[in-house]
Amino acid sequence: MGTADVEAVWRIESARIVAALTRFTGDFGLAEDAAQEAVAEALVSWPLAAPANPAGWLMATARRRAIDAIRRRTALQDRYALLAAGPAVDDEIDPDRIDDDVLALMFVSCHPVLSREARVALTLRVVGGLSSEEIARAFLVPVPTVQARITRAKKTIAAAGVPFELPAAGERRERLGAVLSALYVIFTEGSTATSGDRLLRPDVAYEAIRLARTLAALQPDEPEVHGLLALCELTAARFPARTGPDGSPVLLEDQDRRRWDFSAIRRGLAALAKASTRGLGPYGLQAAIAAAHASAPSVEATDWDRIVVLYEALGRVAPSPVVELNRAVAVAMASGPAPALAIVDELIALDRLPGSHLVPTVRGELLARLGRRPEARAELELAARLCANQRERSVLLRKAAALG
Amino acid sequence: MPQYMLIMRGTDETNAAMMANVDEMMAATRLFIEETAKAGVYVAAEGLDDPGRGVVVHFSDEAPVVTDGPYGETKELFGGFFLLDVASKQEAVEWAKRVPAVPGSKIEIRRVPGEDEVPQDNGKFVKEGALRESSGQI
Repeated sequence: MGTADVEAVWRIESARIVAALTRFTGDFGLAEDAAQEAVAEALVSWPLAAPANPAGWLMATARRRAIDAIRRRTALQDRYALLAAGPAVDDEIDPDRIDDDVLALMFVSCHPVLSREARVALTLRVVGGLSSEEIARAFLVPVPTVQARITRAKKTIAAAGVPFELPAAGERRERLGAVLSALYVIFTEGSTATSGDRLLRPDVAYEAIRLARTLAALQPDEPEVHGLLALCELTAARFPARTGPDGSPVLLEDQDRRRWDFSAIRRGLAALAKASTRGLGPYGLQAAIAAAHASAPSVEATDWDRIVVLYEALGRVAPSPVVELNRAVAVAMASGPAPALAIVDELIALDRLPGSHLVPTVRGELLARLGRRPEARAELELAARLCANQRERSVLLRKAAALG
Repeated sequence: MPQYMLIMRGTDETNAAMMANVDEMMAATRLFIEETAKAGVYVAAEGLDDPGRGVVVHFSDEAPVVTDGPYGETKELFGGFFLLDVASKQEAVEWAKRVPAVPGSKIEIRRVPGEDEVPQDNGKFVKEGALRESSGQI
C-alpha cells in the first residue's frame, strides 16, 4: 500500500477516529494529535506490510498513541486510576453513538471561540481528513500558517473548556449556523476564488459539498442544512460553463447551458425539496434562486418575477446591501430598468456599499438600458476604477467605450 | 469532478449464494449505502434483476437483432452498481472493499469523467445538449 492508499483510508476514517478518541479521552487536541501520529506511522509501515484491516489498524494505533500521551502527562496516582479503568480502552466504537460523536466533532471544529480561519482549517482537517498541505493548497496560504492555525485552535478549545457534546437545544440553531457558515466559506473559496489566478477551484468546492452531504445525513431534520447543500450543488452545476477555454469568466447570460451538470442540478433540486418542508431560510432561499436559474432554458425564459420574490424574502431574513443590489438586477429583468434604478439609488443615498465596483456597474447597465448614455459611461468608468480584478476591469472599460 | 462507478460482477453461483441470504444481504447493503451517505460520497446505487430475464440487442450492418436471456457467453454478469463521488481512485477502492459481497464475486471500478472534462467542441456532446434543450430538460 502506498501513500495514496493511506490517504484514502484516512479520508474515510478520520472523523470517526478523532470523534471516538475525543469521546474516549475527553481531550480533542490530544485525540487529534494521536490520530495524526497514527497516520504518520501508517505512511511508514503500510508500504512494507499492508494491514488486513486498515481502518481497524488506524483506530487501534491512534488509541495506543492517545494512551501513551495520557501516561506521559498524568501524575503517578492518576496513572493507577487510568490503568484501573483499563477495560474501557478496548471498547469498540459504538455505532449508535459514533454519528453523534462525528456531529459533535463538527460543532467543536466550528465553535464560536474560534476565528473563522481556524474553524475552516479545523473542519477540513478533522472532519474532512485533509492534510495541512492540502488545506494550504485550498486556501493558497503557506503550510506553516495552516499548522499554526490548527495548533492555536486546539489550544483555544482546551483553554475555553469547550465540552465534547452536541449543543444544548437553546443554542443549537446558532451553533448549526456557525457550522453551515464555515462550510459555505469553503465552498465560496472554490466557486469564486478570492485569490489566485483561477476563477474556479472545483476540488475545493467539492470538499464543502462532501461535508455538507455528511451534515445532511447526520442532521436530516434541519432544513437549512439541505438548503446549503442545494445551494452548493446548484452553484457547482454551472461550473463547467462558467469559464471559457482560456479560463476567463463567462457571465450567466452568456453561458452555454448545455454544459451545466444535470446530475448535480437534480441532486440540488432534491435537496431543495427537503429544505422546503418548513419555509426556506437564507441558504434555502439562495438555493431556490439558483434553482430558478438552473431550470430556465435561457436568461429571457427565466422566471424573474419568482426571483424578485425570493430576493425580497432573502432581504427580510438576511438583510444585506448585496442582496438589495441583486434584487435590483432581478427587478430590472422582471419589470424594466426604471424601478431597478430606484433601488440602486436608494442604496447609494444610504451609502450601504461604499467603494464597491458592483454598485456603479449595475447602475451603469441600468442607465444604458434607459438610454442615458453619458451618465452610463461615467458610471462604468467609475466601476472600472474601483474594480480590483483585471479581467473584469477590461470588460467594464470595453462596455463604457461602446457607449461612445 | 470525476465520480467512480463500482460495478458489481457476479456469476450464477454468487447470485445463487446471494439469493440464499437475500434479507441479510439487503440489510448489509442498506448499511453500506448509509455509510457512504454519511461520508458524503453517495450519489446513486441500483441493483439489477436476474440476467435470465434480460434481453440483448445485437447490432450488425442489418437491423438490430434481439435475443432473450443473459449477455453473451460471459461468466461474470453485471448485477448492479454504486456511483460514488470520491476524491481518488484509491478511495473508491477502499469503499469497494467494504461492499457486502459473497465470495467469488468481483467489483469493477471505473471512472466517470466530469462534465468539465468534456471538450467544448465535442459534436456528440453538443447534440446531447440540444436534445436536452428541446425536450425541456433545460
